[in-house]
Amino acid sequence: MNIANFARTSDSQPMKILIIEDDRDAALYLSKAFGEAGHTVDLAPDGDSGFLLADCGNYDVMIVDRMLPRRDGLSVISTLRAKGNKTPALILSALGQVDDRVTGLRAGGDDYLTKPYAFSELLARVEVLQRRLASGEVETVYRVGDLELDRLSHSAKRAGKDITLQPREFRLLEYLMRHAGQVVTRTMLLESVWEYHFDPQTNVIDVHISRLRGKIEKGFNGPLLHTVRGAGYMLKAPGKV
Amino acid sequence: MGSLRLLFRTTAARLSALYLLLFTLCAVVLVFYMTGESVRFLTSQTRESISEEIVGLNAVYQRGGLASLVRTIDRRSRQPGANLYLVTDASGRILVGNVEKIEPGILSREGWTQRPFNYERFAESANERAHPALAQIIALPNGMRMLVGRDLAEPERFRLIIRRALTLALAMMGLGALLIWYFVGRQALKRIGAVTIASNRIMGGDLTGRLPVTGSGDEFDRLSENLNAMLGRIGELNEGLRQVSDNIAHDLKTPLTRLRNRAEAALAGRQTAAGYREALEDMISESDQLIRTFNAILMISRMEAGYSSEAMEPADIASIVDDVIDLYEPVAEEAGVELVRGDVVPLTSLANRELVAQALSNVVDNAIKYSQSGNAKPVVKVELLQDAQGSRIIVTDNGPGIPEEDRERATERFVRLEKSRTAPGSGLGLSLAKAVMKLHKGSLKIGSANPGLNVELTFPKRAAA
Repeated sequence: MNIANFARTSDSQPMKILIIEDDRDAALYLSKAFGEAGHTVDLAPDGDSGFLLADCGNYDVMIVDRMLPRRDGLSVISTLRAKGNKTPALILSALGQVDDRVTGLRAGGDDYLTKPYAFSELLARVEVLQRRLASGEVETVYRVGDLELDRLSHSAKRAGKDITLQPREFRLLEYLMRHAGQVVTRTMLLESVWEYHFDPQTNVIDVHISRLRGKIEKGFNGPLLHTVRGAGYMLKAPGKV
Repeated sequence: MGSLRLLFRTTAARLSALYLLLFTLCAVVLVFYMTGESVRFLTSQTRESISEEIVGLNAVYQRGGLASLVRTIDRRSRQPGANLYLVTDASGRILVGNVEKIEPGILSREGWTQRPFNYERFAESANERAHPALAQIIALPNGMRMLVGRDLAEPERFRLIIRRALTLALAMMGLGALLIWYFVGRQALKRIGAVTIASNRIMGGDLTGRLPVTGSGDEFDRLSENLNAMLGRIGELNEGLRQVSDNIAHDLKTPLTRLRNRAEAALAGRQTAAGYREALEDMISESDQLIRTFNAILMISRMEAGYSSEAMEPADIASIVDDVIDLYEPVAEEAGVELVRGDVVPLTSLANRELVAQALSNVVDNAIKYSQSGNAKPVVKVELLQDAQGSRIIVTDNGPGIPEEDRERATERFVRLEKSRTAPGSGLGLSLAKAVMKLHKGSLKIGSANPGLNVELTFPKRAAA
């Protein structure tokens, strides 16, 4: 039911997703869950068939398990990259060591997630991956409702009024605005704003968010920064559903 | 019989067999050489004396003619222990001498006989008739032939004595080797047998068992001692593992039960859609916490198993400290705790940036949580120092601290000291930090800040750049 929740809250475009995963139960669950979130899913049970599908099919995102029969997940990705295929790839790994992440990203993966993970985390990351590639050119000014952020002058305004932000708050807002309308999780924020990949034990990110929320919402009209229960946060213009 | 076969398969047995073979070979070569040399020496002496004799006989012949020669030979051949003398006429008939019979063909060639030949003497008992001998044959006028030779019995006897001695020595050596082999091998087998029995018992599951040590300090003892030390370590690890799984079972049972109860309660009552949603969302966040705990456990075990030292690279420790302060500053403020950045010296060290950041976060998180229970205004100070004691990150709070007797336990997995049972957290924070520092070959020390807690994350000096 949390899945339906996402289908409603996130205003991502429907995606065509390729999941290369040898664990049949996990693959079916993911397929169903992504389906309920409004995306189309193809499944491949091993590295070889996954590679063939990824090579011919036109996918928005692929999710690749690291350890696969017949062909290792990393080799699938690096071979695709060598052939010029740029489909964003998220690597799923049961290993979860720091250097693994590095080797995974080096092989051409775009994101890395360790099992066990929450589906909300995976969904959020996959949706952001798609956006990352789709957006292509980076805009210099982000706008969400009456909130505006200028990346060149490092300034933020809401309804014409200047908002003073600490450097870290600026980066936080920048990330949220770049992914406006999408759910971003706490770990995604920690990764992109602080560049750490560990799981903060307590609510550190929440406190940063509530500070930021105070600055961009207090004294202004309508909430922008929404908490998505069990998942993370989403920046969204008021009135836009 | 079986034990005997086993004995033959021991290394000692194989070694002694090899030595026996080598010794025998050497002895045989040596004895053959020695007998050969001495026989050759005796033979050459024989030849010399024969040559001298011939020179003397030649002189007799020159002086007194054939008749004188024959007389001299006749006289000499009658002396006891005399050399061999023989004079024949052209038809081969014996004229004079002490040789009764001779191998045919010997006389037909002049000069030294090529090899020892057999002959028989006059007036000898029948049982020792044929003797080997060496001789020179000289042609006299009228087709007569003279043989002067010497019996070879003496060198032959010498050779025989040496050979007998050799055989005896070899037999004794073989016997000795067999005995040594048996006793040494049996001793080794006995020790190994004891070790085998002990290790079988240990393999059977009794990890408290130890291999026998006789106290003689020999190589078996050293081996056993090492293996015992290894067993001790395995036992410790095993015990740790058992404790951990007990703890895991205990600490995960609570949230799992809570999760189940919540699902049950949601099913039992009549709920609105929103009520169901809320219950489910609660359950999801509860599961997330569980996943988090699992991940932390996995990470700690991996680090304790010493994974991935290759992930270490020069990392800016000072900037990690700044990052963590930056990350926790709002949390501290919200909790009414003053987070102070003390001295932070520039420091680059071979480290894993992620892990160090996580370790420090856990320690700072902990400090913020527990500083609040003190009386004074809570303050948490983070410093990075580099001095004679090495490079250290020090996190100090002014909370109630941890009593000395509990400090060691505070870094154990799942230990939340009684007073802090109510505070949120998995109880894994400090043990994770400790495991991280251990992986960096450093340490995590908990001390007192009078009042308050003082946690030192020390990096080894060697790694400091």
